[in-house]
Amino acid sequence: MNRYSRHISLKEIGQTGQNKLSKARVLVVGAGGLGCPILQYLAAAGIGTIGIIDFDIVEVSNLQRQVLFGTSSLGKNKAEVAKTRLQDLNKTISITAYPERLTHQNAIELFNKYDIIVDGSDNFETRYLINDAAIITNKPLVFGAIYKFEGQVSVFNYNNGPSYRCLFKKQAQNNALNCSEVGVLGILPGIIGTMQANEVLKIVLEIGDVLSGKVLVYNALTLQNTILKINKSEEEIHKALRERDSFSLKNANADCNFESNAISIKTALTKENSQFIDVREIHELPKLETLKVTSLPLSDLEHQLDKIASDKEKLIFCQSGKRSKQAVSILNRLKITNCYAIKESVLDIETYLKETHNDN
Amino acid sequence: MLITVKYFGLIAEITQCENESISFANEPVLNLLELLYVKYPTLKDKDFQVAQNKELVALETIITGNEIALLPPFAGG
Repeated sequence: MNRYSRHISLKEIGQTGQNKLSKARVLVVGAGGLGCPILQYLAAAGIGTIGIIDFDIVEVSNLQRQVLFGTSSLGKNKAEVAKTRLQDLNKTISITAYPERLTHQNAIELFNKYDIIVDGSDNFETRYLINDAAIITNKPLVFGAIYKFEGQVSVFNYNNGPSYRCLFKKQAQNNALNCSEVGVLGILPGIIGTMQANEVLKIVLEIGDVLSGKVLVYNALTLQNTILKINKSEEEIHKALRERDSFSLKNANADCNFESNAISIKTALTKENSQFIDVREIHELPKLETLKVTSLPLSDLEHQLDKIASDKEKLIFCQSGKRSKQAVSILNRLKITNCYAIKESVLDIETYLKETHNDN
Repeated sequence: MLITVKYFGLIAEITQCENESISFANEPVLNLLELLYVKYPTLKDKDFQVAQNKELVALETIITGNEIALLPPFAGG
């Protein structure tokens, strides 16, 4: 029995369509909540060449929604684990894992190796980077993004259609809600990711209406689908194209500039004249009970600078370690020095404090 | 004229509802937003796009339709 017999018996696909799938080359950026279902269905459908780029490792809190991984994957690189799992699912296809971060330096060369780019990333910086690189390399981009119980799907840069910048012109300023720590219904990326995989197949097979020039907004609680029309902004697209030559000179990710200002909680606790600053929003838990902490939510940081002790070393933490780095970068920009981002998540800090307390 | 204003994601969290009816017509989107900023002050700092009758429009567009939607970008994946 042919692996693809259920595809082949559909007159809209047939052997001709299946051959198109096997010739297609698709790059998936991010093997997380969205990336897992996207990859699973693309591999099962017989997309002949699949690329997976993700620098991140599997953590236990990923297993609630990142369905390619198991407990044996913990601590391993997501792209590599996904490749192993998918190769078991379908050994007839070629899969390449890129266990690295997508940057302005590697994006163009990487995108050029594929026909379709799929955005399964989890932050605005990467989303704009993917969008701009897709415009420069002239590749269709299958976009998906989620927030709690809602998701967005669209196909950008398809047949001269609009791009992500035509939908959201400027990069969102408030990155406080970037992190996956906001919480998300585990099934939601499964739904949105499979919609993205479906768009990939439609593009390759040239069937149905591709979701270009429109953004679909899905609500898992009300099961309401809203489709909004996007108009193309030539100005936005030209802006991205004009940067073609200087693209690789840009800094891919603001985070990487501040690695030198990242310290461990262990080192942080050795500093004597210091101020611990929690940049999470007021409602976020847990609070660190045993430490004297100043609460300065990232969203309001610039308006509360008076709470910062100028003569002390500022030790900044948040839920995951992401916003603390952003806070350091903001403070550095405002010429406030001696700021350090604590690498660990608040949960790890809490555990460390408990352990060292018990040791004493 | 009574129009329906729909909210998504973070915006719906601020407004505490997914849609509401507001009396408004024949003025630019910006004026509607000014009205909403008074009602929901924290809306002012948020990024979102506005759609009229399911089509994204510029802030200068005069509202003639009966459905407006405020869509913020989602980052998660």
